[in-house]
Amino acid sequence: MHELYEKLKQYYPLGELTEQRNNLAFITLKQEQLRPVLLHLRDKENYTHLVILTAVDWIEDNCFQLTYLLSNRTNATDIGLRLMIPREDATMESIHDIWPTAATYQRELREMFGIDFPDSPRVNDDFILEGWNDIPPYRRDFNTLKFSEETFAQRPGRETVDPAEHMKQKLYPDGA
Amino acid sequence: MKEELEKRIIKGPDGLEFEVEPLRDYYCEAPPTVMPAAYSKIVEDLFNWARSESIWILGFGTGCGAIEMRPLMTPRFDAYRFGVQWRPTPRQSNLFIISGYLSVKTLKRVIRSYEQMQNPKYVIGLGSCTINGGMYWDSYNTIKRLDQYLPVDLYIAGCMPRPEALLAGFADLKKLIRSGKAEGANEYAEKFEWYKANQKRVINDWDMPDYNW
Repeated sequence: MHELYEKLKQYYPLGELTEQRNNLAFITLKQEQLRPVLLHLRDKENYTHLVILTAVDWIEDNCFQLTYLLSNRTNATDIGLRLMIPREDATMESIHDIWPTAATYQRELREMFGIDFPDSPRVNDDFILEGWNDIPPYRRDFNTLKFSEETFAQRPGRETVDPAEHMKQKLYPDGA
Repeated sequence: MKEELEKRIIKGPDGLEFEVEPLRDYYCEAPPTVMPAAYSKIVEDLFNWARSESIWILGFGTGCGAIEMRPLMTPRFDAYRFGVQWRPTPRQSNLFIISGYLSVKTLKRVIRSYEQMQNPKYVIGLGSCTINGGMYWDSYNTIKRLDQYLPVDLYIAGCMPRPEALLAGFADLKKLIRSGKAEGANEYAEKFEWYKANQKRVINDWDMPDYNW
């Protein structure tokens, strides 16, 4: 992984390298570097498979982290590209022309995080949430519990118990 | 609303233009009606006995509980020996098993399928999710009480209930049908407005007729 990182670094300005395992590493980079690095990895380094494109909401830093995970099938190694985009009017360049499957991930991110990918096919269509008119549910400022209590009728009488305490009571009722 | 459901002018092959309003033209809008019992109790009892012995299930798995139906269909548990079988279309079935959690998107399809089933029809809620939300109690997209949206005859609790529990559930449902207590379809017709209001409260993009059969 180190050799690959050094090699890439000759051509593109890159951030730090995080090695998770022998066959999995993450590279941080700038938004503008994503497309050339992806194309380089796909065409020259045999990372031909886009495993996943996902996002993390870093609400404290006011940004979204996007992770593009690529896989090299011949030597069974994975490499992830991480980048940060601002949270306000989050927009990212679409990569559906490099991997057509990315369109599905981008559609999901558009719906769940509200990250826009202009020109991605059907990106604004409903995916899982039909007729959603709240803020995107995977954003961390969305209060899932409150929404669920307000929207869906609840059956009274549901109680929550601490599993450890409950089992202790049940197995050793006299407190032994 | 989807484009193909909107009212529009269409030009036919013979050049004539005509207006199409899919929601009105393609579906029957008449609300469901209560089906009266047979003219005499003994005849109704006979009907109920017959109904209880041919429970035909709609093969629609809404959640993870659908996995419990496969061993039931196959020789190990073999539900067919109790007169229970699975059918591919709502028109041929009279029991709808809501197998587990129900997302809002699935609820819409479930309502359409339920309304297409012929009377008399029964609903079983399978698993905790249909009773009080189960492990999805704080989810943004799953309903928590099935009986707000469809008339439920029987719940089978568990997460997930084993196939044996389902077999016991079928036996209980048979008892209910024979005693004339499984009147879900009539209840749906009686409280139709209430059910519709509940359904429309959670389904925001309602793009189907109120009753589609």
